[in-house]
Amino acid sequence: MTPERTPELVRPYGDRRDDGVVQLSFVLPVTPGERAREAATRIAQKMGLSGVLVASMEAAAEGYTFFVLYGRTDAAVDVAAIEVPEVKVRKRGFDELNALASRSLGRRIVVLGACTGTDAHAVGIDAIMNMKGFAGDYGLERYPALDARNLGSQVENGALARACRDASADAVLVSQVVTQRDVHKENARAFLLELEKLGIRDRIVAVLGGPRIDHRLALELGYDAGFGPGTRPSDVANYIVGRVLEREGKSPREASDG
Amino acid sequence: MRLPDGREVPDLHVAPDVAARCRELAHRVTGEVMSFVDRHTTVSIERTVLRQLGFHDAGPRGIPLVNLMVDALQERGLLGMGAAWWYGWALRQGASDPLQVVERITALPRDPAPLPEGEAARLRDEVRAEVRASAEDLRRRIERRDALRIELGMGPRPHRYLIVATGNIHDDVEQARAAAQAGADVIAVIRSTAQSLLDYVPHGATTEGYGGTYATQENFRIMREALDDQSRKLGRYVMLTNYASGLCMGEIAYAASWERLDMLLNDAMYGILFRDINMKRTLCDQHFSRRITAFADVIINTGEDNYITTADADEAAHTVIASQFVNESFAHRAGLPDRLIGLGHSFEIDPSREDTIAREMAQALLVRTLFPEAPVKYMPPTKHKTGDIFFSHAYDVMADVVGQVTGQSIQLLGMMTEAMHNPLLMDRFVALQASSYVSRAWRSMGGELQFRPGGLVERRAAETLGRALGLLEEVAQEGLFAAIGKGRFGDVSRREDGGKGLGGVVERAPGYFNPFLDLLEGRP
Repeated sequence: MTPERTPELVRPYGDRRDDGVVQLSFVLPVTPGERAREAATRIAQKMGLSGVLVASMEAAAEGYTFFVLYGRTDAAVDVAAIEVPEVKVRKRGFDELNALASRSLGRRIVVLGACTGTDAHAVGIDAIMNMKGFAGDYGLERYPALDARNLGSQVENGALARACRDASADAVLVSQVVTQRDVHKENARAFLLELEKLGIRDRIVAVLGGPRIDHRLALELGYDAGFGPGTRPSDVANYIVGRVLEREGKSPREASDG
Repeated sequence: MRLPDGREVPDLHVAPDVAARCRELAHRVTGEVMSFVDRHTTVSIERTVLRQLGFHDAGPRGIPLVNLMVDALQERGLLGMGAAWWYGWALRQGASDPLQVVERITALPRDPAPLPEGEAARLRDEVRAEVRASAEDLRRRIERRDALRIELGMGPRPHRYLIVATGNIHDDVEQARAAAQAGADVIAVIRSTAQSLLDYVPHGATTEGYGGTYATQENFRIMREALDDQSRKLGRYVMLTNYASGLCMGEIAYAASWERLDMLLNDAMYGILFRDINMKRTLCDQHFSRRITAFADVIINTGEDNYITTADADEAAHTVIASQFVNESFAHRAGLPDRLIGLGHSFEIDPSREDTIAREMAQALLVRTLFPEAPVKYMPPTKHKTGDIFFSHAYDVMADVVGQVTGQSIQLLGMMTEAMHNPLLMDRFVALQASSYVSRAWRSMGGELQFRPGGLVERRAAETLGRALGLLEEVAQEGLFAAIGKGRFGDVSRREDGGKGLGGVVERAPGYFNPFLDLLEGRP
């Protein structure tokens, strides 16, 4: 409890503080015209916008109209009162991280990664794991302190769990790209059950990643951490090394916030 | 340079001896593979043969009849004779309708007594006649398709290719109509995730799919008929495409041809590299499926764009060119003329770098110049897309411009929401608006522009072609199987005996009987 905390109210910003300006676009299944324009305006009003301006109304196809609108909202939130789970890692450079891990552990950290279930999109797991990495940030395979193995896509949950057991993996990265009908959630959960069946869930740092994944969702699903869009391989490497050292009771003092 | 369709593109000097040498090497690479292909068949090829003989239905629990029969033959080690042989055999045992054929084939003993010579010859003649009649039916359907295309005509090139992917074929129809009305020339129905790994073709109209809609013959029919109707209303023919890739290349190619599709994704190596399908299986299947597309006058689209979504687009540009020569050669060996070989590539260089447009221009113009008759398919950026739809839209427009200036034939329009979800109706609309603007505004610029001799574009194109030649030299030396094993394409390495579907590759027995293939290959 922090009763003296000052609220920090924010509203959307257009060109003046607190003007509440938002832009939005949508399609209505109607033909363009004055009724259509009014319908779009009312939709925006029902969304709580005032001063609604229909900036553009175009026929997108027979019986469909595309709108671009501007409006103002009174909605405000107190950002100071928001708590969001975030992956906190103290980021170290490539050499520093490798040196720390090898020195503290005296062996390589085994990391398996895969895109699981029927998901065939290996782009994410490849960007994080492959030697080359992406955006100039080396992938996990390049870290001498890590024994990183990318098992590719369409790996069955049971097979990945067994591979974790057989390789005595310290960490596993599960990538989920296809999200239609929440298939990614079911599938991600099912993998943890497989680890539990083998009795190795506690021994492994389980990390979930993908374009529609965030840390909160990953925690809800039972993972140790979640990484979403914009994640660099070095973010994941730092997190894994931090958690594994912590688990082995070898954390350097300043990195205990993993 | 003037393209066969009359459009002008900037001249690009390409060393003719280098291009010729690339083709010669690619021809050698594919020749070696063909000696394997010509000695084998696959479960999927044999299922296609049975489909051509009229087995379109599914049995109990939705298993296609062709799978019941081919699995039974394979279990007994009888598939090497060809499914058409056993079809004829069942007829001679008195089967008089398809279900009786299925019953007799699935009840075959392990070691059926050989037929007397005269009997065997009559069997072959009988089945050949049926295959010929069925092929004539197919030809008439193709002619109907072509007549409508000629009657209505198509929009200007590049043809604008848009994707629908709701999972429900009836919703797809609604989305496809809207896209066509907004200017789409080609509609692609993306398949449900992992359909490429199913060793059967699902049956009937489908309303549930993940990340796309199942490719089934009935779904093909529903969509093509809806597009016929829409094309007539628009007075402009709208093409339909799907995916003849995965474990059922031949069957999809056949079903799609029958339902009058215009185009199919069909790559000689895509399944191997990106779906981990066994290379022997894919290389056999791609040849047979291409024979069908050649017969049915279906444009194929190859998948080289995929290489540069895994490997770095700038560093791996030459692998795209090398693979195009290989795909072209495989296509020629399957009887496809250049006008049906839609080689693929894409606009994928990391946009955070400098001078990417010069390098994209060099690549797109190099492809265009090397393959002037091919209906080249140009893909938009995907790999470096983020959720910033405004940047993404600007980024897509750059790809539209390069496609227009360099005279690409088929342009897949980028979606500003690429990184987020399957396209929404408004995403396609916004993309079509921008692309229409680009095609109006840049209409004649391809013929006006000249790139500086010895400048950035020309040097980059020469460098890429030179490296493609180097890669082809290596692949010709090692053989394609070994080269794929070494990760020469798309940074992906696959083993000759690894991957899915190898169990479905069967050596042809002496007397192997495949009258459909004979017909496609022009043998009496």
